[in-house]
Amino acid sequence: MSARNSATRTIRGEKNLQDITTAHPDGIGGSPLRPDGTLKVRGEFAYSSDLWHEDMLWGMALRSPHAHARILSIDTTEALTQPGVYAVMTHEDIPGSKYYGLEIQDQPALAFGKVRYHGEAVAIVAADHPETARRALAKIKVEYEVLAPITTEEHCQNPETFGYVHEPEEYRGHASGNVVHSQKVVSGLGVNDDVRAMADVVVVGEYEVGMQDQAFLGPESGLAVPAEDGGIDLYIATQWLHVDRQQVAPVLGLPENKVRLTLAGVGGAFGGREDLSMQIHACLLAQRTGKPVKIVYSREESFFGHVHRHPAKMRYEHGATRDGRLVYMDARIVLDGGAYASASPAVVGNASSLSVGPYEVPNVNVLAIAYYSNNPSCGAMRGFGAVQACFAYETQLDRLAAELGMDPVELRQLNAVSQGSHLPTGQVIDAPAPVAELLQKVKDLPLPPPLDTEHHLDIRELPGALSNTSHGEGIVRGVGYAVGLKNVGFSEGFDDYSTARVRLEVIGGEPVAMVHTAMAEVGQGGVTVHGQIARTELGVEQVTIHPANTEVGSAGSTSASRQTYMTGGAVKLAAEAVRNELFNLGRSRYGWTYNDLSLIGGKVVSASAGVLISMVDLLGDQAIDLTREHHHRPTVPFDKETGQGFGHVQYTFCAHRAVVDVDVELGLVKVVELAAAQDVGKALNPLSVIGQIQGGSTQGLGLAVMEEIITKDGKVRNPSFTDYLIPTILDTPPQPVEIMELADPNAPYGLRGVGEAPTLSSTPAIVSAIRAATGLALNRVPVRPEHITGT
Amino acid sequence: MEFLRPATWDEALAAKAENPSALPISGGTDVMVELNFDRHRPGALLDLNRITELTEWESGTYEGQDGEVIRLGAAVPYARITKELSGPLQGLSIAGNTVGSPQIRNRGSVGGNLGGASPAGDAHPALLAAGKDVFVEAESVRGTRLIAIDDFYVGVKRNSLQPDELIRAVRIPVADGPQQFSKIGTRNAMVIAVCAFGFALHPKNGTVGTGIGSAAPTPRRAPEAEQFLADELAERGLWQSGGLIGPAAVQRFGELVSAAASPIDDVRGSAAYRRHALAVMARRTLTWTWNEYTQSLRSAAA
Ligand SMILES: Cc1cc2nc3c(=O)[nH]c(=O)nc-3n(C[C@H](O)[C@H](O)[C@H](O)COP(=O)(O)OP(=O)(O)OC[C@H]3O[C@@H](n4cnc5c(N)ncnc54)[C@H](O)[C@@H]3O)c2cc1C
Repeated sequence: MSARNSATRTIRGEKNLQDITTAHPDGIGGSPLRPDGTLKVRGEFAYSSDLWHEDMLWGMALRSPHAHARILSIDTTEALTQPGVYAVMTHEDIPGSKYYGLEIQDQPALAFGKVRYHGEAVAIVAADHPETARRALAKIKVEYEVLAPITTEEHCQNPETFGYVHEPEEYRGHASGNVVHSQKVVSGLGVNDDVRAMADVVVVGEYEVGMQDQAFLGPESGLAVPAEDGGIDLYIATQWLHVDRQQVAPVLGLPENKVRLTLAGVGGAFGGREDLSMQIHACLLAQRTGKPVKIVYSREESFFGHVHRHPAKMRYEHGATRDGRLVYMDARIVLDGGAYASASPAVVGNASSLSVGPYEVPNVNVLAIAYYSNNPSCGAMRGFGAVQACFAYETQLDRLAAELGMDPVELRQLNAVSQGSHLPTGQVIDAPAPVAELLQKVKDLPLPPPLDTEHHLDIRELPGALSNTSHGEGIVRGVGYAVGLKNVGFSEGFDDYSTARVRLEVIGGEPVAMVHTAMAEVGQGGVTVHGQIARTELGVEQVTIHPANTEVGSAGSTSASRQTYMTGGAVKLAAEAVRNELFNLGRSRYGWTYNDLSLIGGKVVSASAGVLISMVDLLGDQAIDLTREHHHRPTVPFDKETGQGFGHVQYTFCAHRAVVDVDVELGLVKVVELAAAQDVGKALNPLSVIGQIQGGSTQGLGLAVMEEIITKDGKVRNPSFTDYLIPTILDTPPQPVEIMELADPNAPYGLRGVGEAPTLSSTPAIVSAIRAATGLALNRVPVRPEHITGT
Repeated sequence: MEFLRPATWDEALAAKAENPSALPISGGTDVMVELNFDRHRPGALLDLNRITELTEWESGTYEGQDGEVIRLGAAVPYARITKELSGPLQGLSIAGNTVGSPQIRNRGSVGGNLGGASPAGDAHPALLAAGKDVFVEAESVRGTRLIAIDDFYVGVKRNSLQPDELIRAVRIPVADGPQQFSKIGTRNAMVIAVCAFGFALHPKNGTVGTGIGSAAPTPRRAPEAEQFLADELAERGLWQSGGLIGPAAVQRFGELVSAAASPIDDVRGSAAYRRHALAVMARRTLTWTWNEYTQSLRSAAA
C-alpha cells in the first residue's frame, strides 16, 4: 500500500499470522479511525492542561537563571506572606528521597547545594491563582554564587581544570569524571594498521548534530489530588505511568501503592515525557497543602522542563576495497548528556551498538560516550542515539561512493545487512532485513516533475515560499538517499514487559470486550490498535478502552517503537486467554470436542461444524476477566569492553529518498518530496503506520534544516516557538510511503515497531540531497542558510 | 488591569489623553503575546476594536502628497490589504502576505506593526520603499500630526508617537511603478524576518525607494543605493528606453543596500548572512520590478 495509491504488500513468514481467525474490517489490518481523532481536530479533546478540580491550587516553579551556580541561600519568607499563597517549598521540605532519575537517581527534585543547568527548579509555590503564584515566585530570594559553566567537550574531559558537574563523591551509578556512561564495540580484528592496510579507499569525517527538541504541542501539565488515605492521585500526561510512580513515591515518602496515576490527555511526547517534569512538584504541593494542585507549563517553561535530544560530535572512518566492500569502520561518538543522567546510558548503548548502521562491516571499533555538562539535560527522543549515528554513517557512505565513483544506492545495497547477517555486537539478525530492497523501492519511485517557473510560478512551491525570495533564481535541485538501523523495545537485558487486562461480557444484548492497560496513548494510536486486536481475537464488534491507570500492571513506556509490539502483544495474549476460557466454558457446558473453534461475528464457530452458539448465549451474565503479561525475548547487556551481546529485541529499517530545491544564493531549502520505504512486519493499522512514517520523517526533516536549541555558555537562547522552528505545512512535502510486511517470527502478528526508524534516515537523506544541489560538505545538522552561503 | 473600550475615535483619543500609559490593542497579535509572556504589564488596555473607521481605507488626494493616495485605516488587517489593495499598494500587500500565518494575517494590522515599531516588522520596509511622502497620521485630542515615515522609527521598538497619540491611518501614495518585497526566514512560512527588503520604482519622479528590515536597530532605507540607482536610470535614459540595467549596476545596487545595513549576530542569523542576503534580495527585487516596468512600457507602446 502507499500513501498516495496502492503498491505491493509483501507477506512472508506467515507463521504468526495463522492465529488471525477473522477479517473484521475494524480488526487488525484495517484502518478504523482513531477514537480520539475527531475530538482532537475539533478542539474538544481534554488534554492534561484542561484538568480542573474544585478548590484546586496552581503550582509553579522558580527556576535557575544560571547554568552553574552554588546556592548560598533561599529566603521564602516574603513569598509565604503573600495572600493567596498556600505553600512555598524548597528541598528542605521534601519528606522523602531528594533525588530521582530514570536510570541513575542523580537529579534533585528541588535543587540544593548547586544548580547545574539553566532552568533547574529551585523552589515551588502553590497559590489560589496562577498570577498569585507568579508574583510569589518573584518574592523568593535566592542568593547564587555563579560558577563557570562546564559546557564543551574539552571542559568535560578535563575536570581537574574545569571542574566536575557532580563532585566525585556525589556520583550515583557507574559514572566517573564527567562521564555518565561509555560503551565500546569491537568486532572482527578491531581497527588497527593491519586492518587499515586492507582497505583501498579510506574516508574520514567529523560530524555534528545539534540539540533537537521534542517540541510536543501540549505543555507539561497534570493535577495532583490528595486522597483520604494519605496518598495522592495524580492525573498526568506521561509516557510511562508506572515508572513515574516509581520515581515519585520515594520523594513523597510514600509506598508506591499510595501513589495512584491516571493518564490524562497527552499532547505529544516523542521521548520528552519519559522523564518526570512537574509530577513530583504537584504531588509535593498537594501533600503539603491537602488540596488539589494543578501545574501547567508555559511554552517557555516547557523548553526548560524536559530533556532534549543529545547533541553529538562524531568522528567516523570507513575503509573499503576498490570494488566497494566495507573493510572496517572506526567511530567515536561523543554525546552531551547535560546536567543529569536521564536516559544517557541507554542512549549511549544504542549509539554504540547501532553505530555501523544496516551494513556488514567485518572489522569495527567504536566508542560512544556521554558526558555530564552544565548544558540542558538530554535524554530520550524519537530515534534515541541512533539518529545521531545515522547522520554520520550515511554521510560517510555518500562520501565513500563519491570516492569510489559508485552509485550511492548501489554501494549501500552491496554492503547492506540481510537476514542472517552479523552485527558488530555479534548479534545475528534472525528476522527479515530487507535493506537493499527498501532502498530499491524508494529509488524506483517516479521522481517529482522538475521545477518549471517559466510556465507555472507558485511561490509556495519554492524555497522561501510566500516570503517571496525567488521567482526561480538560484534554485538547484538535488536528490539524496539514506537508510537506517533502529532497535525496537528496551535493550541490554531490560525486561520491559507489558500487562493487559481483557474483560468479555454481555452488555445490552451484545458481547463487549473491555481492554484495560496502563499504556500511555501519546498520539501514536495505541488505543485504536488495542480495539482492533480485541475485535480480531474475540470476534466482537464493541470494544471499550478503559482509562489507562496504575490499577493494572505496567505497560512499559510508550517509546522505543515498542507499544504495539509489547502492549499490543499483551492485549493479544489476554484476549486469547479470554477466548480459551470461553471455549472451555462451552466445552464443559456442552461437551464440545472440536479443536477448530474460533470467534466470528459474535458467534462461536467450528470450522467443521459451523456456528455452535452465540457468545451472548454462551456467556449469559457471566464475565470473563483475565490479565496477562507480555515479555519479549530476553536480551543481555553489552560487554563493557567489546560491546558483544544479544542486546536488542528486534531491528527495524526504513529508507528515504529526498528531493530538494535549494536556493543556493540565499541558502534556503524546500524539500520537494520525501519518499520512504519501511518494513513493518505487519501493518496492524495501515493508516496509522503511514502516519507514523510521515510524522517521523517530518521530525527528521526538522532536524535536517531548522530544529535546534541554541545555547551559549549553557544558557538556552531560543526557548520559544518564535525561534525554535518546527516544520509548517509549507515545509512538509508530499511523502509517498512504500510498506513491506515481512513478518518477524518472534513478534506478535509478525509486526515490527514503526515509530522511530523513519526519523533516522530522513535527516541524512535530505542533507545528502542538499549536498547534491550545492556540492558542499555540510557535516552538521541542522543545515542553516549560513552553511550553504558560507556567511 | 483596566480595560477601556471606547466606542468612537473621539472617545479613544480622550481616553488616551487621560491615560497616556494605556496600551492600545488592535489585532492583538503583538500585545497578547507580550502579555502572555509576561513581558509587559500595562495598567490599562485601550481596545480599539469597536472603532470601525480604523478598519476602513479610502483613496483621495492630500496636501503634501502627489497624486492619488490610499488612506489606510490603522486596523485594516493584512489579509484585506493583500486582497483589496494589491494593485495600489503592491509592495505592502506582498509584505503583508509574508506575515505569520492566515490567522495572524486576519488580525494583524499595519497600525499595530507601526505601534510596535519592531525592526523585524514586515510593513516597514514596504512603507519606506513606497516613498518619502508616506505619512503616519498621529492623532490626539490636540489634533492631527503627520509624521513622515522617515521620521517615524526612532529606536529599537520605539517610534515618534507622543504618549497621548494614536495612529489613525497611514497615507501611502498609490504605486506609480512596480513594487516588491522579499524576506528571509529559515522556514517556508510563519517566520520572523531574519532580514527583509522592500523596493519600489517611482517612474513619475524618477526615484526608487528602498526599505531594510531586521538588519539595523530600526527599519531604514538605503539612501546611497537609492541615489546611485536613480542617477543610473536617469543618466542612461533607462526610464524612457526601458533598456537593461545591466549586471554591473544591479550588482552595485545590491552592494550599496547591503552596506546600508548594520546587522548583528543573533539566534536567527549571522550579521554576515544578513548582509549577503540583503544584496541578493536587492538584486532580485530590482530585476523583478524592472522587468515588470519594461513590460509595461512595451505594452503601452504596442
Ligand atoms: C504567530 C505570529 C506571527 C507573526 N509573524 C509576523 C511576521 O511575519 N511579520 C511581522 O511583521 N509581524 C509578525 N507578527 C507580529 C504582529 O502580527 C504584527 O506586528 C502585526 O502587525 C501587529 O498588528 P496588531 O493589529 O495585531 O497589533 P497589536 O498587537 O494590537 O498592537 C501592536 C502594538 O501597536 C500598538 N498599537 C496598535 N494599534 C495602535 C494604534 N492605532 N495607535 C497606536 N498604537 C497602536 C499597540 O499598543 C502595541 O504596542 C507575528 C505575530 C504572531 C503572534
